[in-house]
This record gives sequence, C-alpha cells and structure tokens, in this order.
Amino acid sequence: MGMIRIQNLSKRYGRLQVLDNLEMEMAQGRCTAILGPNGAGKTTLVKSILGLVRPESGQITVDGEVVNGGPEYRRAIGYMPQIARYPENLTAREIIQMIRDLRGNPKETDESLIHDLQVESELDKPFRTLSGGNRQKVSAVLAFLFRPRILFLDEPTSGLDPVTSSVLKDRILRERDAGRTIVLTSHVMSEVEELADTVVYLLEGRIHFQESVADLIGSSGEMNLERAIARRITARVVA
Amino acid sequence: MNTMKIARYQLRDVMRSRWVLVYGVFFLLMTDALFRFGGSGERVILSLMNVVLIAIPLVAVVLGTMYLYGSREFTELLLSQPVRRRSLFLGLFVGLGLPLSLAFVLGTGLPFWAHGGMAEGGAGPLLLLLGTGVGLTLIFASLAFLVALSTEDRIKGLGYSLGIWVFFTVVFNGLVLLAIYMFADYPMEQPVIALSLLNPVDLGRILLLLSFDISALMGFTGAVFRRFFGSGLGQSVALGALGLWLVVPFLLGLRTFNRKNF
Repeated sequence: MGMIRIQNLSKRYGRLQVLDNLEMEMAQGRCTAILGPNGAGKTTLVKSILGLVRPESGQITVDGEVVNGGPEYRRAIGYMPQIARYPENLTAREIIQMIRDLRGNPKETDESLIHDLQVESELDKPFRTLSGGNRQKVSAVLAFLFRPRILFLDEPTSGLDPVTSSVLKDRILRERDAGRTIVLTSHVMSEVEELADTVVYLLEGRIHFQESVADLIGSSGEMNLERAIARRITARVVA
Repeated sequence: MNTMKIARYQLRDVMRSRWVLVYGVFFLLMTDALFRFGGSGERVILSLMNVVLIAIPLVAVVLGTMYLYGSREFTELLLSQPVRRRSLFLGLFVGLGLPLSLAFVLGTGLPFWAHGGMAEGGAGPLLLLLGTGVGLTLIFASLAFLVALSTEDRIKGLGYSLGIWVFFTVVFNGLVLLAIYMFADYPMEQPVIALSLLNPVDLGRILLLLSFDISALMGFTGAVFRRFFGSGLGQSVALGALGLWLVVPFLLGLRTFNRKNF
C-alpha cells in the first residue's frame, strides 16, 4: 500500500509545457526525491498527485485509485507544503484541531512530533506570531499526524535549526523503514543523499534521469550526490 | 458537513481580526451619531442608505479579495485533505460573508434598538435596509472571490476589485446619464430599466427608495422604475434582479474554483 503510478501526464500553462508526457512510479517503502532546476515541473508534479493541479491528459493512480475521482484517496496522504501560511488569528492548536475535524477525528493519531520538535509551548499562540521555523514544525506535525501511508515533503527542513532538522530527518527515515512511501523535494543535496533511495531529475517537464542514489554516486566516481548529479548533467550536455 | 467545519474556523479567524471590529464600530458610531443629530428613525435610515450603498460594496469587495489571497496557502493545505472543493469554497464564503454581515447588522441594529428607532414604525424599513446591506455584502464578496480566483497577481486583482466598485458606484450612473443625454430624442424608459438591472448598487437604491416612497431622491432610474412597474411590481423586479446578482457571480466563482490549478 502506498504505490503511486503516473502515466502520460501532461500539463501546460498557456504556451509553457510544464509536464510533458511524464511516466513514473513511486514505490512503496521508498523515499523518492524529485529534483530539477526552477520551473522544471517539480511542484506541478506533486500538486497533480495531490489533486491541486488539474492535468490536461494522463492518469495518476494512488493505490490503484484514480486521482480526480473524489477526495477520499487523500486520507492516505500527508502533505508538508513549502510555505506554512495559515489563518493568522487561530492558534496552532486550533489549526491542528480543524484538520482533525475535517478528517473525522480519527482516534489513532500520532502526536509525538509535537514533543520531539519541541513545539508544545507555541501551540496556544496566534499563528501570526510564530517564527518561520515554528510554522514549519506545525506543518510537520500536521503531515505526520494521521499516520499516512504516503508523505509529500516539500523542502521539509528549510528554516529548521540543526537539532530539530535532525529529529525530523530521523523521523522520515523511520517512516520509510515502516513501509511508508515518501516523496521529497529539496535543494539541499546532502539531505537528499541522506534520505532518498531514488532520485528523479526533471528537466523541462520530462524525466532527465531516474536512478538510485547509490548507483548515481557509484557510477560517477564522485564522493557525494551533489557532485555526482552535477557531473551527470554536464556530461549529458557535452555528449 | 465539511463546509460548516471549515466555516466555523474561518469565522473564528475573521472574528478575531481587527478590521471586522473596526467595520462594525464604524456603523455603530455612524448610526448613533445620526440619531443624536437627526432624531427620528426614518431620517436616520435615509441617511444610512447612502452609506450602505457605497461603503458596503467597497469593504466587501476589497476585504473579500484580500481574504482569498491571504488564504491561498491554507486553501492548498485544506485541498490536500479529504475535502471536496465545493465544500471548501462554501466554507470560505460563509467564513467571510457571515462576520461581515454580522458586523453590519449589529453595528446598525444596536443603536436603533438603544434609541428606540423601531418604535416609530421604523422596524420594517430597518429590516429592509439591513437585508439590502447583507445582500450587497454577499454580492460583492462573490465578485471579490471571482476576481481573486481568476487573477494570480495580487496587486492586479486588488486593482480590478477597486475598479468594480468604482464602476458600479460612480462610472455606471455617469454612463446612464450620458446615454440619456445622447439619445434624448428617443424613448429611453425601457433601455434605462434594462441598464439598471445590470447594476446591483442601483438595484439596491431603487429597492429601498420604492419602499420608502420618496420620489425626490429616486433619481432617473428609480422614477422610471416606479412609472413602468408601479411600486409593488418594481420592488419585486429589483429584488429578483438582486437575487440573480447573488447567484450568478457565486456560481461563476465556484466553477472557477473547481477548475483552478492551485
């Protein structure tokens, strides 16, 4: 459970072809990192799976259920957006309760991140007074709260201090080992190297390459993922 | 119902913000001052009428646009939950329309009650004024939603919203007068009636003045309305047209929301 399959996915904004006949799978129990330059289609791809973007053509299935057939499939999904801007005059606790209500107040929730990320003391302050890092922590709590089978994490550690960033990364790895499907976007290559099993590199709406992190580094002869990817891209251009 | 769950929290958020309080207090002070200066309930309602017809569309369209732009990221988070787009749209709409309407109704109604304005047979006209104000609130909130959903650029969107307000409160009447002047040799009654159906602010004014039966303030469109339909039918026509103004922009907004790429 937690399998995402994408077939012939295309999306254009006006003249700009953002996704061009994309074909890929995100396997259960794996962490897939979606990388690529700005405007390569990373966000559009993730938002298409979440149902936020309506693609022109193609099909997305989550555990065999076709996206756009209703909102219920999102029960299996936790989403941590890049920017956490939530209602200013509500407290973080109220926002968490609101999402709970919308999910029908399930009993088996996981609040351990509230403690692990040390965000307890911030829960009763109005959201507008929270710092960027604390907003990010609330976002993380929301994403993991309902024990989702699939996690979308958009730049999860941006704005976090080293301690909480490590806590969150450990948590992501534990979730993956527990068989969750994790889809990650990040600009920090050391983080991708630490967390991801597979890298999908998008360029102009197509998959430039898709390879496991170990193979990428091993075949390049470079010491880390950042250099391996850089070599891979420049090699293609020269060839 | 997810709509009510969303509306409840949005309502709480909006109620705690300062501008709704300011908006309510504005009507409170205005109505109270009019009672202290003018006296009778009927005259206060007439003075309030122009404030209602001008201030409510402005506040509803500007705050509505800013509210929807401000909720953009939260909208995305809510849409990643098992929630239908329709429920979310309704929830957002109620979450704005209800506090704005409440602020207006309480801000205007409380001074009336305190000064005994309703005892002089003022309850009916007051209810009509409050109803028209709430109607205009919802109409212009719908228009604001429509603008904010169709325009990605926030500054541009706010500009369009202000443009809508200027058009319906100022430019439109100028255009009607210009048309009457230019076609002075032709019978203009029916075209003018058709034109005034296109302006919710004008419809609000016609509805109120027909009910208060004050010909001196009616203006050209109001006078034509009364002559053509008579007061009773004229009210029904104005009310029906206002109803359409309530439904059509709302449904267009919902349609845009359903198809939108967030």
